[in-house]
Amino acid sequence: MTRVQTALAIVLGAGSLLGLVLPVSTGEASLPDVPAVAAFAVLGVLSLSRFGAARFRFALPYWVDGGLSVLGAVSLLAALPEIGRAGAGYWLLLVAAWAAAWLFVERMIAAEPARGGGRLRRLLVPVYFGVWILVLWEAVVRGAGVPSVLLPPPSAVGVRLAASTGILWADFQQTFLKAVLIGYALGCGSAFLAAIAIDRSPFLQRGLLPLGNFVSALPIIGVAPILVMWFGFDWPSKAAVVVVMTFFPMLVNTVAGLAAAGAMERDLMRTYAAGYWQTLLKLRLPAAAPFIFNALKINSTLALIGAIVAEFFGTPIVGMGFRISTEVGRMNIDMVWAEIAVAAVAGSTFYSVVTLVERAATFWHPSVRSG
Amino acid sequence: MIRRLTDRLRQGQTVPILVVLAALVALWYGFAVYLNAPWQLDVYAKANKADWMVSDLVADTLNQDRPVLPAAHQVFEEIWKTTVEKPVTSKRSLVYHAWVTLSATLLGFVIGTGLGVVLAVLILHNRAVDRSLMPWVVASQTIPILAIAPMIIVVLNAIGLSGLLPKALISAYLSFFPVVVGMVKGLRSPEVQHLDLMHTYNASAWQTFWKLRWPSAVPYLFTSMKVAVAISLVGAIVGELPTGAVAGLGARLLAGSYYGQTVQIWSALFAAAALAAVLVMLVGLADRLVSRAMGARPTGAGR
Repeated sequence: MTRVQTALAIVLGAGSLLGLVLPVSTGEASLPDVPAVAAFAVLGVLSLSRFGAARFRFALPYWVDGGLSVLGAVSLLAALPEIGRAGAGYWLLLVAAWAAAWLFVERMIAAEPARGGGRLRRLLVPVYFGVWILVLWEAVVRGAGVPSVLLPPPSAVGVRLAASTGILWADFQQTFLKAVLIGYALGCGSAFLAAIAIDRSPFLQRGLLPLGNFVSALPIIGVAPILVMWFGFDWPSKAAVVVVMTFFPMLVNTVAGLAAAGAMERDLMRTYAAGYWQTLLKLRLPAAAPFIFNALKINSTLALIGAIVAEFFGTPIVGMGFRISTEVGRMNIDMVWAEIAVAAVAGSTFYSVVTLVERAATFWHPSVRSG
Repeated sequence: MIRRLTDRLRQGQTVPILVVLAALVALWYGFAVYLNAPWQLDVYAKANKADWMVSDLVADTLNQDRPVLPAAHQVFEEIWKTTVEKPVTSKRSLVYHAWVTLSATLLGFVIGTGLGVVLAVLILHNRAVDRSLMPWVVASQTIPILAIAPMIIVVLNAIGLSGLLPKALISAYLSFFPVVVGMVKGLRSPEVQHLDLMHTYNASAWQTFWKLRWPSAVPYLFTSMKVAVAISLVGAIVGELPTGAVAGLGARLLAGSYYGQTVQIWSALFAAAALAAVLVMLVGLADRLVSRAMGARPTGAGR
């Protein structure tokens, strides 16, 4: 066992042992009232046998630690209504279960061959980590009785998410399908055309590129109030913010990409007597594709941020940014989290779609071929 | 002598940048006249002033109180008035608001960068942490994190934390991710050969870290810090929006948009832009000083 594994195994055993002794609840409930938790605690203590003298030692495979952590998570969450406000024992058992989960992942990775495991296993570790974050969140919020105006438990967010799909869909439509997608298409498209125009003039390249780089670092989001004033409260003003935000990253990257084709290849095109447009379409645009997709990926995130923040400056009574700011004001924090979950899913789906298109379009590029 | 000077000017970036800037300013004034004209014509019509000249119109559109698009000189006049002529402590001083935003930005940037470096080191030394966390760090960059800013502000206010810290936490949260990603890449950038060399020296993990991994990660650190400082300013500005426009550049933007004070919005915008430019330049300067002190060639890795 490595040092980290030893430490985790000790935390698991000691946490379970103390969890058996200390009160699980500040109320009346005790360990016998919640038999599954008691079983987890006993098994956790028994897992200390791995430190026993060689003749008494059990060979514990790593999935035993995994099973122990799942049992701990499920029993501790299921016991929450019984327990009410959690006591010291509950927290120690939670720590023990978490240590079991970490130990499981450590040992599984250590047991894996060096050219690491199947696809499913690669996915298992981060997913298990994510699930554990939710478990800890739920247990801490409900066990410690954190008021839901501060931080609602994930279960409450899930319930709210399921209950208000209508509102969330309307907001998604307003913000994402209208403002983000239209603004993204207009911003990236116009920047692409501008880049091709600039590319023909070295003078403009030298003048615009440093400025474009400079502007990319500026807090462009600040133009939101101005654009809301100009284009009104509805989605066109948000789309305009998205256009402004996505324009410069796309411009800078496309111009850099158009310069990426090598001198040799260009000479080859010249020996073929290829014209400007032929060279552009057959050589320089494909060579620029990795740069262009890089900008498209950066912009997919920027676009959503731009649209949501622009809604903080004024909007009709629908939209993700509007919902977030008003529900915060009404202290409906679970609705805010539901909206954030929608935004997170929308953002990462948008990004993944762009990545998939990139993989299909630049299949020849080393970064795609290698994995 | 003069020939050489003109050659350098022609090949350098200064002249093109100046020409483009001049074109932008001209465009700005053109749009200012065009966008402000309808209102001005309305005023003329109400005053029954039919004999206006084009030069009158241009002059008036560039000097409105609440123009649709304020002209450049109005914005800079406002900036001059609110920075130099107002005492720094006054609530109307742009310097005061910029300082409020800057302090949150810097505090957040320091916290975020520190945490990011620590997490990168953990990820480097523990495969379980690497495999569990790294996908989430990468995925979290595709999520509009800024959306949670108002909630963080209000919630922290509810538990009695207000002022600098909540904004700094948003900045820290935003600047944290580029630093983690950049530092993990940087700490892994030494080649196998170099790592093997450290092995043959019988160097401990600690020595390998400080003598090989850390120095080769420094260029990556500065690259990600440039991104982080810019984004942490955005975080501070957005963090100021939901607090009801108390102080800071974000509050100036919000107050300006409530009361239709376009000149104020534009001057806050320019102040924010200048702040961002100065911050990025400072990080770039530190980058150059550090890499020179470390004996790196001017164009290092990771840039």
